[in-house]
Amino acid sequence: MKKLSFVVLVLLIGLALIVGGCGGDGGTTDDGTTDGDEEASGEEMVFRYNVGTEPETMDPHLSTGIPEATIMLQIYEGLTRLNEDGLPEPAIAETIDVSDDGLVYTFHLRDGLVWSNGEALTAEDFEKSWKRVLNPELAADYAYMLWYIKGAEAYNSGEGSVDDVMVTALDEKTLEVTLEAPTSFFTSLVAFKTYYPLYQPAIEEDPEGWHTSADTIVGNGPFKLVSWEQGQMEFVPNENYYDAEAVILDRIMFAMVENESTELTMFETGEIDMTHTVPGQEIPRLEETGELHILPYLGTYYYIFQIEEPPLDDVNVRKALTLAIDREVIVENVTQGGQLPAYAYVPYGIPEPDGVDFREKGGDFFSYDIEEAQRLLAEAGYPGGEGFPSVEILYNTSEMHKMIAEAIQEMWKQNLGIENVTLTNQEWGVYLDTRDEGAFQIARAGWIGDYLDPYTFIDMWMTGSGNNNSRFSNEEYDSLLKDVRMTDDDVARMEMMHRLEEILMEEMPVCPIYYYTDPIMIKDYVKGYVNIATGGKDFKATYIEK
Amino acid sequence: MLGYLIRRFLSALFAIWVVITVTFIFMHLIPGGPFQTEKAIPEAIKENIEARYKLDQPLHIQYLDYLGNVVRGDLGPSYKYRGQTVNDIISERFPVSLQLGLLTFVIAIVLGVGAGIIAALYQGRTPDYITMFFSTIGISVPSFILGTLLMYVFAFRLGLLPAAMWGTPQHVIMPAVALAGLPTAFIARLTRSSMLDVLNQDYMRTALAKGLSRLRIIWVHAVKNAIIPVITYSGPLLAAILTGSFIVENIFAVPGLGKHFVTSIYNRDYTVILGLTIFYSILLIGLNMFVDFAYTLIDPRIKLTGGKE
Repeated sequence: MKKLSFVVLVLLIGLALIVGGCGGDGGTTDDGTTDGDEEASGEEMVFRYNVGTEPETMDPHLSTGIPEATIMLQIYEGLTRLNEDGLPEPAIAETIDVSDDGLVYTFHLRDGLVWSNGEALTAEDFEKSWKRVLNPELAADYAYMLWYIKGAEAYNSGEGSVDDVMVTALDEKTLEVTLEAPTSFFTSLVAFKTYYPLYQPAIEEDPEGWHTSADTIVGNGPFKLVSWEQGQMEFVPNENYYDAEAVILDRIMFAMVENESTELTMFETGEIDMTHTVPGQEIPRLEETGELHILPYLGTYYYIFQIEEPPLDDVNVRKALTLAIDREVIVENVTQGGQLPAYAYVPYGIPEPDGVDFREKGGDFFSYDIEEAQRLLAEAGYPGGEGFPSVEILYNTSEMHKMIAEAIQEMWKQNLGIENVTLTNQEWGVYLDTRDEGAFQIARAGWIGDYLDPYTFIDMWMTGSGNNNSRFSNEEYDSLLKDVRMTDDDVARMEMMHRLEEILMEEMPVCPIYYYTDPIMIKDYVKGYVNIATGGKDFKATYIEK
Repeated sequence: MLGYLIRRFLSALFAIWVVITVTFIFMHLIPGGPFQTEKAIPEAIKENIEARYKLDQPLHIQYLDYLGNVVRGDLGPSYKYRGQTVNDIISERFPVSLQLGLLTFVIAIVLGVGAGIIAALYQGRTPDYITMFFSTIGISVPSFILGTLLMYVFAFRLGLLPAAMWGTPQHVIMPAVALAGLPTAFIARLTRSSMLDVLNQDYMRTALAKGLSRLRIIWVHAVKNAIIPVITYSGPLLAAILTGSFIVENIFAVPGLGKHFVTSIYNRDYTVILGLTIFYSILLIGLNMFVDFAYTLIDPRIKLTGGKE
């Protein structure tokens, strides 16, 4: 009897293995796509990308991340679509009329537009979708991206009515939008995922969960999502897309591998054709393969000075510290990802109305200048670093931030004679709290532009802005910012923003360190992808050429 | 027996309530919140979000609401993965962790017990040294090194297995082996030492004197007694590996539950933290109860009674 029970136990475990270990596996992959032999099985053109993580949500109106942006770019399309240079091109809207005062935008939609399920797509879909974003009950993080529309902020803040939001479908094919102020980058904004139209019947049927399954997601982009399971997404061309002829791929597979080394191994074994990032320490080796591409990324890595407390309340101290950092050494020996040393705040990649890059026009505001740094420090009353109080650099826990902080600590010691710089790291949530409370002296930070305009970098230093952790406050800055918002003269607007950046660099509440880049691995046979510098990859016209 | 069961059940409920309460308090003591982002969002939008998830209510109300929902089996919505509930996350990901975990468990038990028995029978001789050498390595090499090594050899060098991801039987092999390394080694050592204890008992000599065959003595008299510490260990072990491993899942891109145990805390995804803690507690308490029953099957000296234990 007892012997029998023991045997039964062993058998049960064995059975559990068979049921559990193999049970769910049948039928999840149809044709062994993981083996990398799809060419042998047919002429199908498949592109495999690692999007880097599981999406936080598949609702374009709720999502905030870059992996989500990439997913959405394949299955949705806004009134415009950004091209390689980050400039808007007509998409769902065929033509756009702007009133002389720059306040009223009239979007004329294409003929015969339909959703991926064949239903008609009309201007009313846009009106309803945008009003959905602004509904306070939806509680969308990025609802403020729509606050440029007249009446939007009031409704979203629970003060106004939905009827006062100035977006109206005049007829099936015409959408009229009135803005609070002239916003020259509005045609870029409408390419953003928060402005996508959504298929209303699906939302009405299941307001919370419509986007959690591939079966209920209805899009209007070049591809449609056919499956999303077991950490993998599969897309096929959307035959109902108005520009379906431009779509060449037969299938896209998105992996969701977070580990960078694993991702690289999968690239090297041919399981994926493009990675979402690369491990920093591998970059020197990968450069030799010719498959490493350093793509532009609209962002700046910088240190914030909390300027209310000494010694950092003294602009000369802030400037001395900024000038004494050798940024070349940091990007070449520490970060090694092709980042560019930053001698100004706004990164490269934003074209002005005349086509010249904002950064190139603005130029550098300072350089690596030890003598000048020493002079400024002496002027502040600390010649040779003597008597300089201890300061602390705060960063969120990460090996890279630590190495950068250590390098800067050493440079300040060597170049300025400042001995007592300490480093402290905090877990992400704690670090954000500390920054918000201003309970730090120097903190690392980064900013990625939301849209292709310097304003996305400049406006955060307004007095009292939620992102102004430096607690910088400057009257000229604030009034100029207001002017930028109100003007409809694009050229004067850019000039004002150059002046704003100049003030920022004169007062130095922020110490720019480098401009971000996006180093990724791409197989040579992958052609026709579009990298969006504000985040996201567009595979609409991608093809494989072997 | 029935009285015993009822008492075990009530004490389990109490334990789960304590776990919920303590987790709830600690979770809210950590600075930061679920909707914090590096890009500060306007105050009005923050208020919309807090109202939507009832985070604007006083903490004790949130606590009572939560308890009420848990009783109804609703673990709430995830704050980070919007549109998904904690129940969705568990029901989607637990089956993956279950498949991987059961295979890992069987590898650990079969190899561990087998190696332990062999080592004990050949105490002080070559097979003993070999198994103990490997078990020392198994205990000291962390799973991420073993996992990376396996991937390098079998995926990168030999190209025999897919490097990562999930979906076919081939995908299960490397993560299961990487996860099984430590428990296999531990079980081997446990089995060996308890086998050695048993082998030195008087009744072993008696059995030999009775003229029983060596195989029968080892299987019926020695192994069955020696296995009890392994069973004790297997309850918590099973609970731990069934709920997934953050590191191994990360390396092999396994869409299991382990990731959420770690990231939910980073994200301050309160409902996911609580939901997973409850889930883990239930699994652990349940498996420990199962282990207690397993004792009675194997060792007649142990009885589950309504009296004092």
